[in-house]
Amino acid sequence: MSGDSSVSNTNSMTRLRSNFIRRDLIGIAAIIITALAGYLLFPDNLALLTRLLAIALLVLSLDLVTGYCGVATLGQAALFGSGAYAAGILSAHYGITDPLLMTLGGIVAGVVAGLVCAIVMLRAHGLPQLVLSIALVYLFHEFANKASSWTGGSDGLSGIMLDPLFGVFEFDLFGHTAYFFGVALLLIVFVLLRILVRSPFGMLCRGIKEDPVRVRALGASPHKALVKMYVISGAVAGTGGALSAISTQVVALDSLSFTQSAEALVMLVLGGTGSLFGALVGTLIFMLFEDFVSAANPFHWLTMVGALLIAVVLFAPKGLYGTAEAFLAGRKKHDGETRA
Amino acid sequence: MSAVLEVINLKKSFGGLVVTSDVSLSMATGDRVALIGPNGAGKTTFVNLVTGALRPSSGEVRLRGETVTKVGPTGRVQRGLVRSFQVTRLFQDMTPAEHVGLAVLQRTGNSGRLFGNFLTRTEVMEEVDHLLEKLGLLPLAHRKVREIAYGQQRLLELAIALALKPSVLLLDEPAAGVPQSDTSRIEEALANLPSDLSVLMIEHDMDLVFRFARRVIVLAAGAVIFDGSPSDVTKDARVREAYLGSYAHASHVA
Repeated sequence: MSGDSSVSNTNSMTRLRSNFIRRDLIGIAAIIITALAGYLLFPDNLALLTRLLAIALLVLSLDLVTGYCGVATLGQAALFGSGAYAAGILSAHYGITDPLLMTLGGIVAGVVAGLVCAIVMLRAHGLPQLVLSIALVYLFHEFANKASSWTGGSDGLSGIMLDPLFGVFEFDLFGHTAYFFGVALLLIVFVLLRILVRSPFGMLCRGIKEDPVRVRALGASPHKALVKMYVISGAVAGTGGALSAISTQVVALDSLSFTQSAEALVMLVLGGTGSLFGALVGTLIFMLFEDFVSAANPFHWLTMVGALLIAVVLFAPKGLYGTAEAFLAGRKKHDGETRA
Repeated sequence: MSAVLEVINLKKSFGGLVVTSDVSLSMATGDRVALIGPNGAGKTTFVNLVTGALRPSSGEVRLRGETVTKVGPTGRVQRGLVRSFQVTRLFQDMTPAEHVGLAVLQRTGNSGRLFGNFLTRTEVMEEVDHLLEKLGLLPLAHRKVREIAYGQQRLLELAIALALKPSVLLLDEPAAGVPQSDTSRIEEALANLPSDLSVLMIEHDMDLVFRFARRVIVLAAGAVIFDGSPSDVTKDARVREAYLGSYAHASHVA
């Protein structure tokens, strides 16, 4: 009997592995197809689509700390904005105009900002933690506002120059290069995060979200793991910030604003927390909805966004992707297929 | 023989309320000790003091000769003191294999790894399968915890604790909440615990205490009032008084 069950165990392991890889491939294919469809359908609107990619990175980074670790924050744009300003300042003040080096600068700045936020925020839990996150994003915002010789203050940081990507692809006026650069960044980050969330560390973080006491009884320190996740989240948000600086060649103060943070949280909840697909779906739907509705009805578009959110929170509390996934899983089970 | 776990003159008071007053005990390798006591005797506080969730007002806790009084809960786990919970604390959406796998990785210092999936790492999975099989949980290895019975969840708590390879195992009412039909499986699992493991069990169920323990310690009002063999505990006048109050003197009762 033990022989049988260990055989079935090996089988289920192989099945789990192929299941993971299949979902990875589906995700990669979905991103590529959506990106190509966007490119072909809206060739005149690449600026919006590139902004969507940058914000998607911000929402993914938020998903890491909020969705996977259960840390509620309304200050995630502090990490995003730090990345944007770092990339911009490198180019505007230091003449480092290579887009890859600027992206690297954004990542480093995001990591540092993530570390600072983690050290401050993780001292508290629940509501005080949320308030600290708001305080932090206001401090970052105010700092960027006051350091205007570096950041351009409320006028924004301009004068960002760019070398051609790999020395070949010029960043053109229509944003073709920036768009494909963004798609590539998102794909790389997505694959790395897929690996991360099912690594032992990702599992540990899911455990911390559910029961930190249990994790401590395993001998692991939740605090240490959360700091580490914050740093990773900072790298992802910083990448998004750098992309935004590179694609628009300006950095505005509101990239580090409370509003941007709150909007990212709204997108995450809309798509579904605790799932990378949810974060991407939420960003896509929110930003397209915002764009279309604001064009169709410039006076009442915010009302409609609000109505959509209320509908999702009330009728699909797991978010649009989470609900769709649960529905499909339920049907699959109904068909007699056992899912691992 | 040197003591694996030593508790020396442990005291804890909350404000003016003394909850633990001067508790000392010492456990050797392979000990099977049951800690019992009436409600409010300070058992939970004692567990929290030993595991490091609470700091004592005075006194010392030593693990394998090392003073760990100032070491936090995670540090004590890393030094070989592992506990189970009175009410299971498991991750509802994870599988038994994931729980035990995480514990194995934590023990070997790999739980912070950012790459690789332990469900596909054979050396980890072999140990996981072995532990789950020992406790009869292998057929459920890849089911979500929320889908398995409470008795099986209790066995999983044991499997997780064993995966950490402790030298002292603190079991907080290991059979609490388990239906009568399943207690025999818990008892069997307890009987099969490694012989070089020191086990301190907090338990109310006297049948289980008598079957499992080779030594019984009775805590009442924050102090040890009895430390001896299970056969002597019911004869002890102070124990009877602690449990039965003044009725203890009415000889025909109990």
